[in-house]
Amino acid sequence: MTDATIHSRPSRSTSSRAGRIALRTLLYVFLIGFALFYLMPLFVMLTTSLKSLDEIRTGSLVALPRDVTFEAWRTAWSGACTGIRCEGLKPYLLNSLMIAIPGVALSTLFGAMNGYVFAQWKFRGANVLFALLLFGCFIPFQVVLLPMARVLGILNLAGTIPGLIFVHTVYGLGFTTLFFRNYYVTIPMELVRAAKIDGAGFFRIFWSIFLPLSLPIIVVTVIWQFTQIWNDFLFGVSFSQAGTQPVTVALNNIVNSTTGVKEYNVDMAAAILAALPTLLVYVVAGKYFIRGLTAGSVKG
Amino acid sequence: MAPILDIKNLYKSYGATEILKDINVAIEPGDFLVLVGPSGCGKSTLLNCIAGLEPISGGAIHINGKDMTDVSPKDRDIAMVFQSYALYPTMTVAKNITFGMKVRGVDAATQAAKLAEVAAQLQIEPLLNRRPGQLSGGQRQRVAMGRALVRDPALFLFDEPLSNLDAKLRVEMRTEIKKLHHNLGASMVYVTHDQIEAMTLATKIVVMKGGVIQQIGTPAEIYNTPANLFVADFMGSPAMNLIPARVQQNGTGHRIEIQRVDAEPLVLEDHRPLNLPGNVIMGLRPEDIAEAGFRAGAEVQEATCLVDMVEPAGADTYVVSQLGGKQVTARLHAETSARAGQPMVMAFDLAKVSYFAPRRVSG
Ligand SMILES: Nc1ncnc2c1ncn2[C@@H]1O[C@H](COP(=O)(O)OP(=O)(O)O)[C@@H](O)[C@H]1O
Ligand SMILES: [Mg+2]
Repeated sequence: MTDATIHSRPSRSTSSRAGRIALRTLLYVFLIGFALFYLMPLFVMLTTSLKSLDEIRTGSLVALPRDVTFEAWRTAWSGACTGIRCEGLKPYLLNSLMIAIPGVALSTLFGAMNGYVFAQWKFRGANVLFALLLFGCFIPFQVVLLPMARVLGILNLAGTIPGLIFVHTVYGLGFTTLFFRNYYVTIPMELVRAAKIDGAGFFRIFWSIFLPLSLPIIVVTVIWQFTQIWNDFLFGVSFSQAGTQPVTVALNNIVNSTTGVKEYNVDMAAAILAALPTLLVYVVAGKYFIRGLTAGSVKG
Repeated sequence: MAPILDIKNLYKSYGATEILKDINVAIEPGDFLVLVGPSGCGKSTLLNCIAGLEPISGGAIHINGKDMTDVSPKDRDIAMVFQSYALYPTMTVAKNITFGMKVRGVDAATQAAKLAEVAAQLQIEPLLNRRPGQLSGGQRQRVAMGRALVRDPALFLFDEPLSNLDAKLRVEMRTEIKKLHHNLGASMVYVTHDQIEAMTLATKIVVMKGGVIQQIGTPAEIYNTPANLFVADFMGSPAMNLIPARVQQNGTGHRIEIQRVDAEPLVLEDHRPLNLPGNVIMGLRPEDIAEAGFRAGAEVQEATCLVDMVEPAGADTYVVSQLGGKQVTARLHAETSARAGQPMVMAFDLAKVSYFAPRRVSG
C-alpha cells in the first residue's frame, strides 16, 4: 500500500521527506537546547571550582577559568570549616560511605527476602502486610522523626552511624520489598515447588535459586537505595551529632557557616565532591538500571 | 503386595470451595496411573496433594506403606516433573540434575556417577553444560525428566509434562515415557487432559470431573464399559455415539427402538439378559458400526440408514447419519461405497452396546 503510493506520487514523497528532515532538525535543536540548559549549572560549578576567588570576583560567571587552580578542591577536601572544625569534607564523605554501604546492603538484602516471601510463600494476611509496607513508601518522613528519635534513644543508637544505618534500612524496606516482590512474582511458582521436592528449604531456595536470578533487580535497588541514602539530609541532620554527620549535612554547614568572604569556588568543589559518588554509580550501573526496570519474567 | 500409593477419603478445599471430594485410589508397584479429566477438574491439585505441596483437608495418603499425610514433600520419596519444567534458570543442566543430591549431602563421586547414568539414559550428555534458556522445549523436557530419574524415588509424579510440546514431539516423548516406565518398572502417577495420552500410557486410569472420580479402571475397561455418560463422552475420539432409545422387554432380551426423522424407527434386538428401564441412552463406539458385510459376530444386526455426510480420514472413512435426533458416526473402511444423501445398509454390533440412564432434563 505505502509502496504503491510512493511510486505513483514521487513529488509528494520528496516533499514529505523534506518535511521529515525539517522535523528531525527541529527535534535535535530542541533536545540539544534542553541538554545545554540542564548542563549549564554543572558547567558553572565546574568552572567556578577551578577559579581563584579573585577571578570569581572580577570575571563573568560563565567564563572559562583563566588560571586553572585546584586550591578550592584541596580546601573542600581537607580544609574547609564546618562550624568550628576545619577538616574539609573528607571525614564526612567517609561517614556517608559508612552509612550508605551497609544501609544499601542491608535494605537490599532484607528487601529481597521480603519480596521473596510476599511473591512465593503466600501466608495468611500477606496482602494486608504488603499494603502496610507500601504505605511506608509514601509516608512523609517528617512524621516519623520524633518516634524514630525515641526508638534510637531506647536502642542506644542516638547520634551514631549504626543508628543512621538502622534508620535508612528501615525506611528503605518499603521500596526494596516492592522492587523485589514485583520481580519475583514473575517467576513461576513451580520453581519453588520443584526445589521443595528436591529437598531445599526456605533459605536454600532463596540463596541458590532466587538470588542468582536477581542481578537486574539488585542493580536497580542498589542504585535507588544508594541515591536515597547518599542524598538524604533530613535523617542525617536529625539523627547525627558532631563527628557522625553525613556529607550532605557537612556540605550545608560549609556553605552556610563561612564567616567573612563567601568562598564560592570551595562551595562548588564541595558540592561536586558530595554528588560525585551517586554520579559514579549511575555511570557504572545505569545501563543495568534501565534494563532492570524493564526486565520481565524469567524464562525457565 | 502392598500398594505403592494409597489415597483414602481425600478431601481438599480452598477456603469454602471444595476442590476434591472423597478421592479413593490405590496403585500397585509398577502401575502407571493416569489422572485424566477436563481442565479445572482438580487433577493438578490431587497430584500436588500426593506430593505434599498442598495440605489436604481430610483423608490420608500412604506412600510405600508409610503414612505420608503430614510429611513434607522432600521426605515423601517422590520425584515430580512439572508442566513448565521448572528448571532452575541460572544453573547448568548438570547442576539442575544434581541439585537435589547436593542439597541432601550426597558425595560428589556418587553425584557424578548418577548424573552420567541418567544423562546417558536420556541422551542429554552434550547438553550438560548448557543453561535451560539455551535448550529447546523437548530438551528441557528431557532435563526435567532427568532431574526426577536421578532421585530414584518410590513414586514418579508427572503434571501434564507433554502439553507444552508440539504435536510430533509429544507423540515421540509419549513413546519414550512409556519405554522408560517399562524399563524402570517404576510406579508413576501422570496427569493429563488428553484422553489419548491416558489410553496409550496407563495401566490404570482415573477419570475425574469436578473434583469427583467418575471411574477407575484399566484403559480397556474405561473404553469398553464406561461407567457413565461423562466417561463415555470424554474417552475416545471420535466420541462414543450416545443415542436416545426406547426399550421393550422381549423374552429374556430387549427390543431397542430408535426414532428417525422421515423414516420408520430403527429397531434392534439386544439378546443379553439385562435389566433396562423404558428410556435409555444407547452408547455405541463408531468402530462398532460398520458397513454391512464387513462385520461378523453373533450380535451384529443390519439396518438401512440414510447417510448424511461422508468424511474420509485416510485409513478410515467416517460416515454420519441421523439417529434418535443425534449425529451418529460410523467408522467404515477407506474404500466404502457410502455416498452422502444415499441410503446404506449398516451393521450394528449389539454386543458392544453400553446403556446409560438418560440425563434428567433440568429446569
Ligand atoms: N490456590 C488455589 N486457590 C483457589 N482455588 C484453586 C487454587 N488452585 C486451584 N484452584 C482451583 O481448583 C480447581 C482445580 O484446579 P487444578 O487442579 O489446577 O485443575 P486441573 O489440573 O485439573 O486443570 C480449579 O477450579 C481451580 O480454579
Ligand atoms: Mg493442571
